[in-house]
Parts: sequence; structure tokens; C-alpha cells
Amino acid sequence: MNKKSFRETLESGEFTITAEVGPPKGTHIDEMFHHIDLLKDKVHALNVTDNQSSVMRISSLAVCQIIKDKGGEPILQMTCRDRNRLAQQSDLLGAHVLGIRNVLCLTGDYITVGDHPQAKPVFDLDSAQLIHMVKSLNEGKDIGGNELSGSTDFYIGATVTPESKPIEPQLLKFEKKIKAGARFFQTQAIYDIENFRRFMDYARKFDIKIMAGLVLLVSAGMAKYMNKNVPGIFVPDNLVDELASTEKGKGLAKGVEIAGRMIRQLREQKICDGVHIMAIGREGVIPEILAAAS
Amino acid sequence: MIIAERKTFDEIKQIVGDAHKILIVGCGTCVAVCMAGGEKEVGILASLLRLDAKREGRELEIIETTVERQCDKEYLEPLAKKVSDADVVVSLACGAGVQFLAEMYDTKRVLPGLNTRFIGVAEHEGMWTQRCMACSDCILGETGGICPVTICPKGLLNGPCGGTNEGKCEVDNEKDCAWTLIYRRLEKTGGLNNIKKLFPPKRYDVQTKPGKVIHPAYEKGEGKAHE
Repeated sequence: MNKKSFRETLESGEFTITAEVGPPKGTHIDEMFHHIDLLKDKVHALNVTDNQSSVMRISSLAVCQIIKDKGGEPILQMTCRDRNRLAQQSDLLGAHVLGIRNVLCLTGDYITVGDHPQAKPVFDLDSAQLIHMVKSLNEGKDIGGNELSGSTDFYIGATVTPESKPIEPQLLKFEKKIKAGARFFQTQAIYDIENFRRFMDYARKFDIKIMAGLVLLVSAGMAKYMNKNVPGIFVPDNLVDELASTEKGKGLAKGVEIAGRMIRQLREQKICDGVHIMAIGREGVIPEILAAAS
Repeated sequence: MIIAERKTFDEIKQIVGDAHKILIVGCGTCVAVCMAGGEKEVGILASLLRLDAKREGRELEIIETTVERQCDKEYLEPLAKKVSDADVVVSLACGAGVQFLAEMYDTKRVLPGLNTRFIGVAEHEGMWTQRCMACSDCILGETGGICPVTICPKGLLNGPCGGTNEGKCEVDNEKDCAWTLIYRRLEKTGGLNNIKKLFPPKRYDVQTKPGKVIHPAYEKGEGKAHE
């Protein structure tokens, strides 16, 4: 049986769900294998992060191949931090011939926040230029304008931060990403549905698909920490209070309930086209979130 | 101008080693203004070295001199005698000046006393900030006179990253987000349309090292017109 691809699912208007796999630092991959096995048939695709938080890990490309081997569908995350345009393009061609068809284009965190702070930051391209480059490969030319012997066929994704403050420069970039060729967006984590609804009222003007980012909350402390320290994330007071009033030891269960409730609301009210769940180390509970959302 | 900082005393002491006669050459232009390598700083370094030698009971002679600029041969030529008398020369110029001095007196050890930091401005007294990467392809005309190549740590050309927060930078929340500054400036000056287009990737071929500029008036007799 031919399963519908992530692209076909999202483009068909079906509410689409993705989750995330963070490659490990080192060669022990048992836990990651377990997460892939657990999730590959429960979500439409799995993002694979690219040296997330500027910490050196197994390459996104290799883990995407593992997901494919296991019968799942990967989304290759590609940042601009570690590779110049030659390396990015050759990895993209390589990804295509391995059968990887989704790529999420990101700027990447700055290098000094990670575990190799003395390394040379590359940022040869920015995320909008990377999107444009992938589109060019899809059209049979490299970024230098040279003909390819065989083009790629990537479904091009990007990110946007709906709660960014100030919002205008963020939206300027969002619109450039659309013009450059992005077809779908996975947002930074959102928690305030009314704010997100306003963003969607604006974003609906464009012929693109938007998946709301959800980071699993596990405690009021985590929510407060993110409000204070993570740019572009806003957890409203009612959610902080709901977590705070949760019995000790039940924070994770409450977080699962909140995420499930949000997914249900986003889907039932047709606010956006799907959700991207970032469980950050707690991938094991994603099936429970999906059950809570159904 | 070029902004530099003096190396630590320990590092300078280590690189000069057991020299008995040291010539310290200051530079009277950029590094004098940023209080790193002018006449006054030559004096300070000389005093520190002398005191240290005295404390350790070593014999040390230091000659202090400061030239107008070390990046111009005409100011380096008159140093010949002083250089030849010294065991080592410590240059308090930027890296360019150190190299030019070393090139002219290539039988002498010429050592750097500064770390060259960047091209910048005097933000206020005693504080300098970087403003230019010398990228050889200036886009300030489109970005409201604010350089994203320099002010954004990632050098992003098409708007802010997702890490920007309340106009501050994710890399250092004391620093402003270049793209918020650019947006706000263009809002005031009416140039927002400039930045709605997709800026193409930066050209790095034009900044292949080492750079070379010949003034059009001197093109034919390359290098000779100066002589």
C-alpha cells in the first residue's frame, strides 16, 4: 500500500502532525531507534534537527536515512551555521538521491551557545537564501546558475515566530521566505491560541501551509523559564496557573493534557494546517499527547 | 578607524624573552586614538617592562619611539638606526603596521604588542564598537546606514533570525538586533521597500585575501607612482 506522503497529506488539507528526533551525541542510537519506532507510524513525518543548539551530534542526513529505512518519513533540517553553499547543496543532492523529500530551512543558533564555541561560524547564506537555493535545485540549477544533471524535488519548509517582539521585522522575513519558495512553515512554540489566531488571520493571505509548533510543558517553572529566557515564546498566565495548581509529580501528565487540548482546538476550529510537536527529550509521551488530542 | 587592545603584560614579557635592548614603536594614528598603541601607551609598556626587569635584577634597556603611522613606508624609514641597535622590536601598531615594519627590517625580530580587534567608532569616551567588516561590497545604502553584516553576529541579509527578542540579540542580550534597528530606521526615513526584496547571497570572491587596491590615477605605473 502506498502511504500518502507528508507533502500530499499537508497539501490535501488534512490536519498534519509532525514530531522531532534529536540525533544523539555519540554512536549509541538505541534510544533514538526506540523513539523512531514509537513515532514513525503515529505522525506524518519526523523532523531531524541539525546540530541542535549548536551542539555537535550525528548528522541530520544520516538520521533521516535511518528513519526512511525504518519506514518513516523524515524532514531534513538544514541550518546555515556549519556549512557554506557548496556543502549545503551537495548534502541536498545527496539527500535527494537517498529519497529524502522534505527539507526545513533554518538560520541556526549562533555557534557560541553550543559545545564548540571556538569554531568558525559559517552563515554563508541566510535562511531565506537557503530556501531560494533549494527552490533553484528543484528547478534544475545550482545557486551559481549552473545546470544540474537531474534536479531535486524537495518540499520546502521554513520557520516563523508568531510571538516575536517586535513582530514587523519577523513578518518581513516571513514574507521573503514565502517569496523565496517556502511551501510550509513550522512555527516556534505557541501557547496563546488567540494570539496565534490573529497571526493566522494574516498568514492565510498566502498560499502556504502552517503547522503550529508545540513544545511540551512539564511544569509551571518551565513555562516561567521559557517566558523569561526563550525569545519568541509566550506562555499565557492561565496555562502557567493551570500547571502551578497541578499536584506534585503530575506536571508531565498535565502538560500532555494541555498539548492534547491545544491540538484538538487547532484542528477542530481549523485554525491552522497541522502541528509540530517538540517533546524535547520526552518523545515517549507523544503517543499520549496524540491520544489526548483525538 | 582600527581598534586594537594591548596584549597582556605576561604575553608581551614572554615573547620578548631575554632581550636586553628593546625598541618599542608606537603608532600615532588609529591605535593612539583608541589608547592602545600611541606615545603614551609606549611609555606605559616601557615602564612596566623596566620595573619588571628591575624587580628580577635583569639588565634591560628600552628605547621608546612613536611614528605618525606604521602603515606608510616614509614613516618607517627614519627608524633604521634605532631598529638596528635593538635586540627586538615591539610594535604597538595594528597587525598591518607590525607586518610593514617587519618587512622593512627583515633581519630583526619584530613582535606585536597589540591584538587588532576591528574597524569601529568611538561610541563614547573609552569605548569603541565595531561598525565595518571591510566586506568590499557595501549595502549600507539599502539598510538605512546600519550594517547587518557587522551588527548581526550571523551577518544575515534578509531580516532577523528567530532569536531576536524585544529588539535585542540572542547572542548577547546587551546588544541590539541589527534588523530591528534597520527596520526602525527605515520606517523613519521611508525606505522599507529597500529591504522587502530578497538580498542575494554575499559575494565572497570580492574579498579574496590578500586584498589590493590601486587608485585609478596610479594604475599604469603600478607601485611606481609612489616613488
